[in-house]
Amino acid sequence: MSGDHDHSHPGGHAHTHDGQNAPSETALRVKALESLLVEKGLVDPSALDAIVDYYEHKVGPRNGARVVARAWVDPAYRTRLLTDATAAIAELGYSGAQGEYIVTVENTPATHNMVVCTLCSCYPWPILGLPPAWYKSPSYRSRSVIEPRAVLHEFGLDLADDVEVRVWDSTAEVRYLVLPERPPGTEALTEDQLAALVTRDAMIGTARVQAP
Amino acid sequence: MNSIHDMGGMHGLGPVVPETNEPVWHTSWESRVFAMNMALGAWRRWNIDAGRHVLERMPAADYLRASYYEKWLYGAFRKALQFGLITRAEAETGQPDPSAPTATPPLAAARVAEIMAAGRPTIRIVERPPAFAIGAAVRTRNIHPSTHTRLPRYARDKNGIVAARRGAHVFPDTNAQFQGENAQELYTVAFKARDLWGEAANPRDTVCIDLWEDYLAPA
Repeated sequence: MSGDHDHSHPGGHAHTHDGQNAPSETALRVKALESLLVEKGLVDPSALDAIVDYYEHKVGPRNGARVVARAWVDPAYRTRLLTDATAAIAELGYSGAQGEYIVTVENTPATHNMVVCTLCSCYPWPILGLPPAWYKSPSYRSRSVIEPRAVLHEFGLDLADDVEVRVWDSTAEVRYLVLPERPPGTEALTEDQLAALVTRDAMIGTARVQAP
Repeated sequence: MNSIHDMGGMHGLGPVVPETNEPVWHTSWESRVFAMNMALGAWRRWNIDAGRHVLERMPAADYLRASYYEKWLYGAFRKALQFGLITRAEAETGQPDPSAPTATPPLAAARVAEIMAAGRPTIRIVERPPAFAIGAAVRTRNIHPSTHTRLPRYARDKNGIVAARRGAHVFPDTNAQFQGENAQELYTVAFKARDLWGEAANPRDTVCIDLWEDYLAPA
């Protein structure tokens, strides 16, 4: 089969010129590819349905929010989350593709962490789901490492000069979860109420968690 | 390779534009493209590094023009073609070669959740002990391979400090070329923002990058 390798036609059939084209043209190309793959027996359409369902309903930032809330209310869990995040997160039932090795980085009054993937779109799927478009955008990927404070400012987050900004570029298979600071005035809230406050952006590091 | 995908530190790529209440997918075709990429991966004709390298070789102007899932559509076609799952004629006509036998998909719907939850570990047991201790001063190599690497351009030939050791992971540079996993210690290296970007950077700020041992030399 390796004889079919094609290095002579870099654009290939999938050469995309459709930044300005009608989306329906792309939709038709996608449909044509799926038909071909199904007819050849390369993919099972019901497996495609199951994958879509899994990433729409089984994973997402609510998973990560549960992890964060647990860490806020349970000091022993917090310690485990900071020492072996993959195992601590698996305790809550979250694991798998693009989360095989998770590291938690903790925001404090002195240190603010934010996560990027400058080379592609690496992101901790099991706890945050699939990344938002801005995280995968050329703008965020290019700017976060060279001017993180300007990027944070655009997210409405202004940090004092004496706060260290620590940017984590996800260049390998380690995925990063930012453990945000628990907002003041939330001592009376339950774990579920706390989880409801935790946003996706706070776990990427482009926002703080706000008190209700 | 020094291609458009290696974006860290570039200027001119516009503002970051978050979308309120963004859905997982904006159209149903995006979800199908995502799922097809995952399901095709189950054939194990390529690995994650070879798959990334396919997208890195997308023509640069197209890479910038395409939306995220348009890139994935390109990737699905290119990988299926390059790694022999479909032929050029099939890609161009959309019709299966009538002489080719019908295959059995390796990924069944009933196993999707289990396989996604298992992931695909990249840590390996190796004989070679890690060369650098936590706290060691290192300098990244000044390499510019035309093939796949995960040492970003902005962090080449720079001084940093080993902040953590992550175990021996499959080495993308050789794995992407199907030249062996070559597993070796992966380090998180902390760079002062000023060592990367000069005096304009805040002196307190750092950039932490995950780097394999072969990218590093003693400082």
